[in-house]
Amino acid sequence: MTKVFRILCLFLLMAPMQVVNAALTIEITQGVDGALPIAVVPFEWEGDADQLPEDVGAIIMSDLRRSGRFSPLPIEDMLSQPHSGRDIRFADWRLLGTESIVVGNMKPAGGGYAIQFQLFDVFRRTQLAGFSFRSNRANLRQTAHKISDLIYETLLGEPGAFATRIAYVTEARKGKERRYELQVADSDGLNSRRILSSDEPLLSPAWSPDGRRLAYVSFENGRSMLYAQTVESGARQQIAAYKGINGAPAWSPDGRFLAAALSKDGNPEIYIISLESQVLRRVTRNYAIDTEPAWSPDGRSIIFTSDRGGRPQIYRYDIPSGKVNRVTFEGTYNARASYSPDGRMLVMVHSENGKYQIATMELANSAMQILTDGSLDESPSFAPNGSMVIYATEDKGRGVLAEVSVDGRVRQRLSQEGQDAREPSWSPYYQ
Amino acid sequence: MKNRIAILIVIMIAVLLSACETVPQRGAESDLPTLGSETSSEGDTGASGGAEAGGPSGAESFGAPSELVEGRPVISNPLEDPESPLSQRAFYFDFDRSTIRSDDRPAIMAHGEYLVGHQNVHVTLAGYTDERGSREYNLALGEQRAKSVSDLLLLQGVGQDQINVVSYGEERPEALGHDEDSWQQNRRVVIVY
Repeated sequence: MTKVFRILCLFLLMAPMQVVNAALTIEITQGVDGALPIAVVPFEWEGDADQLPEDVGAIIMSDLRRSGRFSPLPIEDMLSQPHSGRDIRFADWRLLGTESIVVGNMKPAGGGYAIQFQLFDVFRRTQLAGFSFRSNRANLRQTAHKISDLIYETLLGEPGAFATRIAYVTEARKGKERRYELQVADSDGLNSRRILSSDEPLLSPAWSPDGRRLAYVSFENGRSMLYAQTVESGARQQIAAYKGINGAPAWSPDGRFLAAALSKDGNPEIYIISLESQVLRRVTRNYAIDTEPAWSPDGRSIIFTSDRGGRPQIYRYDIPSGKVNRVTFEGTYNARASYSPDGRMLVMVHSENGKYQIATMELANSAMQILTDGSLDESPSFAPNGSMVIYATEDKGRGVLAEVSVDGRVRQRLSQEGQDAREPSWSPYYQ
Repeated sequence: MKNRIAILIVIMIAVLLSACETVPQRGAESDLPTLGSETSSEGDTGASGGAEAGGPSGAESFGAPSELVEGRPVISNPLEDPESPLSQRAFYFDFDRSTIRSDDRPAIMAHGEYLVGHQNVHVTLAGYTDERGSREYNLALGEQRAKSVSDLLLLQGVGQDQINVVSYGEERPEALGHDEDSWQQNRRVVIVY
């Protein structure tokens, strides 16, 4: 360990924590062979040693490792710690089997920070990417995640989803008392912020397509009602408080409508609610349960869960024609489905033999693939790049969040001390 | 005349019972949620008051308490009587089903009879499910269960305005385990007076 790194570590520990809640910790439960070997050298800090706000290099390294697509070189194995391209001795890194290397530095600039990074191909000795950013204290972690996104996209040819957020619900129990909280964290589970706190259940957070608002169900008035809340300002609006269930909100891709399940007419039906006029349009008419609507990315269809065939299965409502057809046939229970960002796949809760697991289904050929091995897995939500799915599972009697890659090969758990975490929802990209 | 004495006795007992904090638990089964047993003492006063003002229906409803007089030294409000079928407040369901079990029908119908006789008494039917599967589907399933009980009550002539249906789905489980034993306790409808 070099002196610089020791200092970095020391000040990382001493850095003021702005995180309100106990952070989620990440545990990689299943990795993948063939992950790309990469070195992320700790970034140089050109400010006062005791003023380092965040260890940007460490955030990037953790992002890349968490994706399961990269295998970062441990810092103690590094023979040197260059901070710019001209200081890299490529032969050394080649010897260590590293294929790519990330170097960078950060310095105070005009009340904020200036961050530079370069990504090199070790074998060709060429620069693949190099950017500088201006950031401030509040956005520094997001800036680090953006750098991770650039590295991911440069090396893998598809966009990363690190500079995104997750929303989820926690429940803390103390005797008969219960505390429910709606939380928003960075995609790595850190930087969590409480958006809403209640003694009554909260569920089904859903992101608006611009990632600025969350719709959710709150029992604060003794029964389920729908609300939408702006994440930054906290301003909230009641969307539906009809008789019976007001549940399962889902934003239309243009952000102008919410699809939801309302039972005001006797049993749960899918409705489309205009957010401008509050006017309702009823979508389903059936004596069975119809709930959990989700829009296709092109906005032309809505899939939903219905037990009209005796057991819960996924159905699709074609908005232009008004026709409904059944989508899932495999398994005794399929529910809470949503589309992948490219619209080619669904992810859902699937059960066969009494276990509830997360499965995907290709729409082209109806091929079902089970991604998880829990028995009480629920609430799957795609990352906006379609690479991973976040879901809720159970670990030693506690509700925890977990992520799995769409091929099922990489899996990790994000757990929060002393609380049950559930109902995760992955944000879209921020523009 | 007999009725007046009965009313007096009922009122006296109601006063005695409300003075005694532990009484609501006396009739409570172990699976009865605290929500129900806490609020039942409030319901009692409403119920006996209802009998007084109930007019013709009030007279009918006194048939039940006076029958109980024969076997026992005191009559009690049927809502407080552990021997009464009304003491059963939780009804259980099979997995992913909202059909009332046939052996639960008599107790639910006893509640119906009571509510028909006490039209100013209101109940909340709270529907719940076990934790398996998705939360929103379970919210819908909990409502269907509560509606099954509601339908049976309505069929007996209970007023629509006497019944409030609410579903919690898999929220607020009675048992916290992750096994069939706990799941069965959680697949329920609770009548809350």
